[in-house]
Order: sequence, then C-alpha cells, then structure tokens
Amino acid sequence: MLMNAQPEVAPVRATVGDVTVPNPLMTCRNVDVWYGEKQAIRAVSIDIARAQVLAMIGPSGCGKSTFLRCLNRMNDTIPSARVTGEIVFDGRDIQNKRQDVVQLRSRVGMVFQKPNPFPKSIFENVAYGPRIHGLAADRSELDEIVTESLKRAGLWDEVKDRLAQPGTSLSGGQQQRLCIARTLAVNPEVILMDEPCSALDPIATARIEDLIDELRRTYAIVIVTHSMQQAARVSQRTAYFHLGDLIEVGPTDKIFTNPSHKLTEDYITGRFG
Amino acid sequence: MNPISTRTPKETQLLVARSLRRRYRSEFTFRALGVLAVSLGVLAVFGLFGKIIADGASVFRQSYVTLEVNYDPAVIDPEGQRTPEALATADYQALIKAALREKFPGVEGRANLRELYQLVSSGSFLSLQRAVVADPRLIGTRTRLTMPADDSVDMFIKGQVDRNAPVAERRLTDQQVAWVDRLTAAGILKLQLNREFLGNGDSRDPEQAGVRGALLGSLLTLGLTLLLSFPIGVAAAIYLEEFSARNRFTDLIEININNLAAVPSIVFGLLGLAVFIGLFGMPRSAPLVGALVLTLLTLPTVIIASRSALKAVPPSIREAALGMGASQVQTVMHHVLPLALPGMLTGAIIGMARALGESAPLLMIGMVAFIVDVPKGLTDAATVLPVQVFLWSDLPERAFVARTSGAIIVLLVFLVVMNATAVYLRNRFEKRW
Repeated sequence: MLMNAQPEVAPVRATVGDVTVPNPLMTCRNVDVWYGEKQAIRAVSIDIARAQVLAMIGPSGCGKSTFLRCLNRMNDTIPSARVTGEIVFDGRDIQNKRQDVVQLRSRVGMVFQKPNPFPKSIFENVAYGPRIHGLAADRSELDEIVTESLKRAGLWDEVKDRLAQPGTSLSGGQQQRLCIARTLAVNPEVILMDEPCSALDPIATARIEDLIDELRRTYAIVIVTHSMQQAARVSQRTAYFHLGDLIEVGPTDKIFTNPSHKLTEDYITGRFG
Repeated sequence: MNPISTRTPKETQLLVARSLRRRYRSEFTFRALGVLAVSLGVLAVFGLFGKIIADGASVFRQSYVTLEVNYDPAVIDPEGQRTPEALATADYQALIKAALREKFPGVEGRANLRELYQLVSSGSFLSLQRAVVADPRLIGTRTRLTMPADDSVDMFIKGQVDRNAPVAERRLTDQQVAWVDRLTAAGILKLQLNREFLGNGDSRDPEQAGVRGALLGSLLTLGLTLLLSFPIGVAAAIYLEEFSARNRFTDLIEININNLAAVPSIVFGLLGLAVFIGLFGMPRSAPLVGALVLTLLTLPTVIIASRSALKAVPPSIREAALGMGASQVQTVMHHVLPLALPGMLTGAIIGMARALGESAPLLMIGMVAFIVDVPKGLTDAATVLPVQVFLWSDLPERAFVARTSGAIIVLLVFLVVMNATAVYLRNRFEKRW
C-alpha cells in the first residue's frame, strides 16, 4: 500500500433519466454534502413531485439518507456537515441563512428509522407539534387534531382507550405509526421517511406501507428504503444512489423492469448491495 | 505442536479441556479477590460506624438534676425595679445554690459547699435567666426545675469513669459520690434525653455544648450552596453540551472545569477569603461566604455530572423533537432536560455530600470560631458540623470525646437524610424508557 497515494476521486457520474417533474414541490440542483473533508453526496439534482411517493434506494453508505436529511436541514445538527447547492421549496432556497429551520421543519416532516416516540403519553406525543407551533386555539381543537392525526395514521382504534399511556408502551409498529401521526398533526406538505420499516416485522411493515399509499393522496412523500420490494410496492418514482452519486431516476415500473444504467441493473438484480 | 488441519477432534478437545481448567482457576481467583475486596469495604464501614456509635450514642442522654427552685425576689431584684437590665444581670447562680443547700441541709463550710455546687452544671443559671426574662411573673414562685448535672457527674452515672478510680481520675470526691448516690436513689438525678446537645450552640461546658448551631450552620450553608450550584451548574452544562460550538475555546473551558474538580479544597477557601471577604467585604464566619466557597467547590462536579447525564440522552429524542420543528431551546427544555434530570440530581448529591463534609475551606473563611449563638441568618457567625467535630476533637475535657462522636452521628444522619431525599426525587423524576 502506498502511504502517499492520493485518494482516488472518481468523476461525478451523470444522472440517467428525467430528474424533473411537471409542477414540482421541491427542486434540488447540484446538492453536495461534505462531512468534514469527506464528500458524502455529489451534485445531486432531482425534483420532488406533489402527491407522489419518491423512493430512494441504493447500497449502504450511498448517501440517500444524507440527501433526505438535506430536505429539512436535519444535517444542521451534525456540526461537521456542510451542504452546498440549491434546494428550492416554494420559490425559496431553504439553504438560505434567512430560512427559519423551525418553519421549514413544520412544512417538511420526518419519520426516522427507529421509532422514537417521546417518553410521554400517546396524546402528548401527537399534541406536541400543534402545541409548539400554536396550531390549536383551545383544548377541544387540540383533541380534534390529535384524534384526526391518529385516525389518519391508522392508530386510533388501537389506542383510543389508552391515550394517557406512555407512547413507549406501544409495539414497534404502533410506535412508528404514532411517529407518523405526530408528524401529520403539524399538517406538513412533505413527509420524509428514513427507512421507516427497517426495525419492524413484516405485518407492521405492511400496515405502514398501506398507510404510505393512503397518505400520498395528500402529501409528497420521500422514502429511503433498503428493501427493493418496498420501493416497488409504495413508490411511483424511484431514484438510485451509488457512492454519493444519483445514478438513475425514473418511474418505479421502469427502474425495476428496464433500468437504463448498468449499476442500477446490477443492484436491482441483486449483484451487489 | 500440530497445526490445526492435522489435529484430530480428540486432540483439540484435550487442549480445550486443559484451557478450561486454567479458565476456571483464573475465574475463581477473580471472584475470590472480589469477595475479599467487598468484605474489606464492609468491614471498614461497620468498624467505623460501630466505633462512632459506641463512642457517641451515650451523648443523646444526659444526667439531669431536678431541684425545687425558689425565685426569690430578694436575690433576683432586690430593688424591685423589674427592669430588663436588672432581670438579665441578676445572680441566678445563687438560686441554684440555695436550692442545693435546701436539698442537703447538713452540708456546711465553704469547701464542702463548693463541692456540692459542683454537682450541677455551671451553665444552668442561663436557663433560669431566660425563663425569668421571658416571664417576670415567675419571681416569687417556687418551681421544680430540671437542669443538667456537671459533666463529671454525668460520666460517673453513665459508668464512663470507674467508681473505684482515684479521685484525681474520677474527678469526684468521696463526698460527692455519696451525694450522687443519694440523689440517684431519690430519683432526683437521672438520665434523660439530652436537650442541651440537640438544642444548644457550642459551649466550653461539655454538658451545655450542643450541635444545634453547627447543624443550622450546615443547613444554611448547604441550602444556599444547592440553590446556587445546581442551577448554575445545570445551565453551564446545558450550554456547553447542547448549544456551544465545539472549538478550541470550549475545549479550554472543558479542560479547566475538569482541572477545577481536582483543586484542593483549601485553595477555594483562600480564594473565598481573598475575594468574598477581602474584596467584597462580606462578613467573616458567615454561612453566606461558606456557601459561595462551597458553590465554587461543587460546581465542577455538578457540571461534569450534568454533562454526562445530557450525553446519555439518546440522540433519537433530539432528532424527533427537531424533526417536529421544535427549536433547540424547546428540544432541550421539553425533552432532553427531563430525561437528564435524574442523572443531574445524582451529580448534585455527590457534590453536596462532598460540600457537607468539607472543613478545610471553611476554616479559611473563619467558620472555625467558637460560636455560642445559634445562627439565625446567612450573615450570622456560624460553624458547620465537620468543623464542630474538628473543634471538639481538640478539647481536653474527656466528656467532649463522646460529643465529638455524637456530632459525627448527627453529621451522618444529616448526610443520610439529604441523600435519601435526593434519591427519592431522582426516582420520582426517572421516566421509564
């Protein structure tokens, strides 16, 4: 091994397929993310469509979660992270210093890999967002928001009799639906999901997938997943990431049946990943 | 030795069996050492507590003499003025002496009478004085009054000096022993709950000396220390852990906090003397200054413990809150702090326990003085329990040996109560995860 060898930097691979959509909700252009000296994603450009599920797939460490976290500036919480490029949402670059992250995150909600309900009651978990954003004028309105959010997350029937119990007492799948309900309570426009089913069993996963299908009528959803079957089941559009590059974007049917790029094909067919 | 590929399963098993024996041996040694270490610790604790309790338990009871005292107007206030000055300066000792003479009418001669008077604590007149000043209507009445016996009588009654010992060692003459026996037989002299020890401040007379002054001094000092060091320490920890950028400057602060935790406590005392008393002109011997010094002393402990409590809160909770659109302050106040609070309380317990036992820095700021009055406020002269222990351990009277241990018992009870409260609070705040 040569000690002085410079790390080999491969040229940025151009994205295959159409990254644009008509009337996009968010427009990302040439987004780069560095963690310290290491570049995690390179020149990613993609549009996020309204009322549609965009699945991001790719091998571990390909940068799909990193990109997802750019969309609500969760990368701000990592001190060494640096994001460049343009992410336009509602006509404004969210990277702008004047963009209020609190406001952004109320419009772009997020569901994490591991269910992470607050160690408070089920009611308080869902009521937290409306409370801090001042969405409910009084208690009855708050009750209404909580009830509706739990209903839309498909959790109401299971928890309606025990809203005062801690959210952490629920099963894993229920906890994840609680986290989705918590996000819905703020009434966001985009929901980001970072491998939301990776800690769940197949039955709980199926319920979440049904829920995602339900929610896409109203929300733009971006989901990162390791399961290609899941991507195929829930998404209408798929983006394939490889080592920090966005390799291919296209309608989900096409990506899974007739990928254009060799790397995409290799991944889809299970040659690596 | 055979390489693995050519070794038969049997040979391998033989080697494994041999290694197993070695493993069992080392495991047994480790366990034995552990048991030994724990036993030594338990033995040391029980030895220490046993010795202290054996020495100090007797102090919670004291010999009292019950005498019928005549509040003779001719002695208290011969001129009949009833002014507070006259009442405060009257010769109450004479009333006690008269009561003793009444009890033993046969005793005559100065030397014999002096021996008789020695049976009762020389400080007893103070309680008479207080009673009369508080209620002058007592004058002219006769009341049965219980007052502490002298410390040599007390030790004799408790069997701490041998009846047959030489007079010099026994500190009671044969005549006095006879009187004590008579008083005991009559039920006039007996052991009772030691009100002086728990109710009085310091005194040169062992039978009048009490821990109340030191106890209140400790309470005032530690109360203020907790009020200052917990909020400041928690605020500093939250800022450093959750808000400040990580750079050289914060690294420097972190190193300094860690170093501060290792600074000998007497240095903090010198600092307190120079800054709080010298520069700011605060009163000497005051719990206020003691609390400020102890705050400086406990702050590093509280900060370090609070920071590790914050570090232990899983990052997923922060992400959840931030992802909901909570601001950083909301994230910390609503989610992180409640989860970190039990750990912070543990840090505060450790800090306060250290502060409670500190005496060196308080010596520097004058909390070592001989203070009879029980402190009433933060600026009154006071001492604290460990310093009281230190002071009494130095006194020549033998009766102070028991009082030193008694003060240690009070200190330990204080410590246990304080820790139990903190543990109770911690358990109440602890959230099931």
